[in-house]
Amino acid sequence: MYDVTYHRAGSVKEALSLLEAADDGKFIAGGQTLIPAMKTRLAAPSDLVDLRHIADMKTIAVAGKTVTIGAGITHAEVAVNSEIMAVCPALCHLAALIGDPQVRHMGTLGGSLANNDPAADYPAAMLALDAIVVTDKREIAAAEFFTGLFETALNEDELITAIRFEAPEKAGYGKFRNPASRYAMAGVFIAKNGETLRAAVTGAGDDGVFRSAEIEAALSADFSAAGLQDVAVAADDLMTDIHASADYRASLIVAMAKRAVAMANG
Amino acid sequence: MTDVTMTVNGQTVSGSVEGRTLLVQFLRDSLGLTGTHVGCETSQCGACTIHMDGKSVKSCSMLAVQADGAAITTIEGLADGEALHPVQTAFKEHHGLQCGFCTPGMIMAATDIIRRHPEGLNEKTVREELEGNICRCTGYHNIVKAIIAASEAMNADSTKAA
Repeated sequence: MYDVTYHRAGSVKEALSLLEAADDGKFIAGGQTLIPAMKTRLAAPSDLVDLRHIADMKTIAVAGKTVTIGAGITHAEVAVNSEIMAVCPALCHLAALIGDPQVRHMGTLGGSLANNDPAADYPAAMLALDAIVVTDKREIAAAEFFTGLFETALNEDELITAIRFEAPEKAGYGKFRNPASRYAMAGVFIAKNGETLRAAVTGAGDDGVFRSAEIEAALSADFSAAGLQDVAVAADDLMTDIHASADYRASLIVAMAKRAVAMANG
Repeated sequence: MTDVTMTVNGQTVSGSVEGRTLLVQFLRDSLGLTGTHVGCETSQCGACTIHMDGKSVKSCSMLAVQADGAAITTIEGLADGEALHPVQTAFKEHHGLQCGFCTPGMIMAATDIIRRHPEGLNEKTVREELEGNICRCTGYHNIVKAIIAASEAMNADSTKAA
């Protein structure tokens, strides 16, 4: 790892001014992706601005069906939060499947979204839940936020402070994990609210997280695992890598969607 | 160089580190606490597991400066003088190790697992919870047995105390 100058921010405002003053600075939250990337020199920022001590970014609020989660909340905290569990247990289930316990103690929601790894879990939930990504400057709909592999709508000097969504009537998440990395080889988050239904897929798309029209159409007709029995997902825009072919991922998406809908139906 | 101060195993310690110094390097090289091991150094194996502010984390995947002001517990801080921690005792009794390289990380992960499951543990839960720790000798069987036994011993103790 190249040497780096460390700064600790106590507030969102301070974090932004520290970043602005840095030559080639980067925000660091839990660092579970950034530190490994710096070790391999895939990332070599001149300065790190640590967000882990900003109290304003570490709150969870559930008011009726409206869920607001601070960007600094860790995966471990989401996994066991009783307020979120009461309105959207699928999100707690998803958080509990990220990495391992030690990683979940450090890794944060905001860090995961800003990184937008094509195999990360949270992007699927955000897209299916039609969540709003709140930054220091504006609010961005999830559908506009994820713009490609490791790419988001965030500006260089913009910081995610929280996310917000309306808890749906039903939600579920199915994930096939790579046994070594524990990232999704296919993860499907399904959320249903009245007639509105979204099925978002992570780990499989050539261009990152996406909504599956095939899964959504089938579940709109029959919201059950049986309703997905004859569904085929096109492999055209899916990823092929050393772990799995596009065709295998297409098959996994349907299998994971079945698990997700079974969970949603409880 | 940056000055850092943290509490390690109950003692306040200070040192001067580079921004890029990993927490595990600070613990091992500056403080001489070599019980915390560096296995893969890519967050996979868990040999470097310690507790920061009471929670298990991988000390190879964070910088020493990130831990400035924190309370750290390493394997050296678990025993009470000559008396082993119940998890250490259970690993010994159930032969939860062969070469011993992964053991400090296993034990630090195990104490955290037991803390988070006051309701008690079963084999399935322990195996899932150990996903961040790799052992290449034992096949995990005796490690799992040791953790369940330690959990039972610690719960029995706290019931007695109450």
